Amino acid sequence: MLVIVDYGVGNLFSLSSSLKFLGVETKISSDPQDILSADRIILPGVGAFGDAKAKLDATGLVPVIKKAVDNGTPLLGICLGMQMLFEKSYEYGEHEGLGFVKGYVKDLKSDLDKNGYDYKVPEMGWNSLKFCNESPLFKYIKEGDYVYFVHSYHAVSCSESLIATTQYGIPVTAAVQCKNVYGAQFHPEKSGEVGLKILKAFCEIDRG
Amino acid sequence: MITKRIIPCLDIRDGRVVKGKNFQGVQDVEDPVELATFYNAEGADELVFYDITASVEKRPLFTDVLERVASKIFIPLTVGGSINEVSDFERVLSSGADKVSVNSGALKNPKLIEESAKKYGNQCVVLSMDVKRVGGEYHVFSKGGRVDTERNALEWAKWGEDHGAGEIVLNSIDTDGVKNGFDLEMLRDLCNVVTIPVIASGGAGKIEDFSELFKIKGVDAGLAASIFHFKEVKIRDLKEYLDKKNIPVRL
Repeated sequence: MLVIVDYGVGNLFSLSSSLKFLGVETKISSDPQDILSADRIILPGVGAFGDAKAKLDATGLVPVIKKAVDNGTPLLGICLGMQMLFEKSYEYGEHEGLGFVKGYVKDLKSDLDKNGYDYKVPEMGWNSLKFCNESPLFKYIKEGDYVYFVHSYHAVSCSESLIATTQYGIPVTAAVQCKNVYGAQFHPEKSGEVGLKILKAFCEIDRG
Repeated sequence: MITKRIIPCLDIRDGRVVKGKNFQGVQDVEDPVELATFYNAEGADELVFYDITASVEKRPLFTDVLERVASKIFIPLTVGGSINEVSDFERVLSSGADKVSVNSGALKNPKLIEESAKKYGNQCVVLSMDVKRVGGEYHVFSKGGRVDTERNALEWAKWGEDHGAGEIVLNSIDTDGVKNGFDLEMLRDLCNVVTIPVIASGGAGKIEDFSELFKIKGVDAGLAASIFHFKEVKIRDLKEYLDKKNIPVRL
């Protein structure tokens, strides 16, 4: 059973229907028992980091997710869910993340400005992946495949866990992996065939 | 590099895709799920669904279409039409929409933009505007382009951006239906005042109209309906053409 962590953030329709489309048995749940017994966990998320993290904290699930990860359960964070895997975020203040992946999250705009790119923020649309490291997440896709992004903040100082970037003037963190913890800044559930292949690959990763 | 997006738009009435011809009569075109599946296979980057169902009683037919499409097609889906309050966002988002476009509803109640952006995030709120030149100024029209609100379009766009809109769809009434190209002048003027993504609508008649469109810095996407529905332009051919012109597209 794959469990999508339900903490009242975001629209889970596409994520659950894409998993259903792949034939994956899925449960949207906030029950600690479900999370501890899950074969795989997905942490979704949209909106602002502070709000989402406060909601996740309020569910009391943070220690439960940490325990599941310690037990080797594969975890995939998507979009804001990926950003929460890091140590910290500086989105409207300073917020503590889950700390599974080394690095922090900061605004994209100032880094684009600093490098002389007047690109739009949020980065919204389809952009291609450049692989930095091998990962079982990419089993069925190839470098240069397009995925769908919507984000205004990005993860930095995470070279150890970086598995893919996307070029938006500057190289932007697109996917990370640290042992059994995976993160995608883009939305695999909105990235057509390529996204389905990424979800399929995640659903084949076994407890490490 | 982020790509330019090609977006077919489907008008849905009573659960079917329709496209009016010359503003009179309505032609039944196709089953929405079949057409959406076709566009997805052709390489459409997103799909827009406008609910033009006239009666509230038949509204579930629309959400049913949405659910059926969203269970099969995993690209961004935007829904517009009949979005007047925050609860309308909930109704379509829970049926599989990713973004919601507001038009007349936001003109009537501008707070809708801010309230929905706060609740669902800016990325979810698309401000759609029907704009026409009136006495040398751009005016926003409401009720499907029928009523002149006398509101300045560029000011309205900027206001929308400042209050939480994450994207803007500019539909030029002046070029809509003429099939002689997008309203490049109006789009250029809009792109000078907003920094959020701009989707151009109204006027696409041939493949070259899109390469002209994407010469404008600040235009992120081109939206069209009839030329795609009637297969006058195939999305796959269009994207291959743009690629040859060195315009970044997802192939």
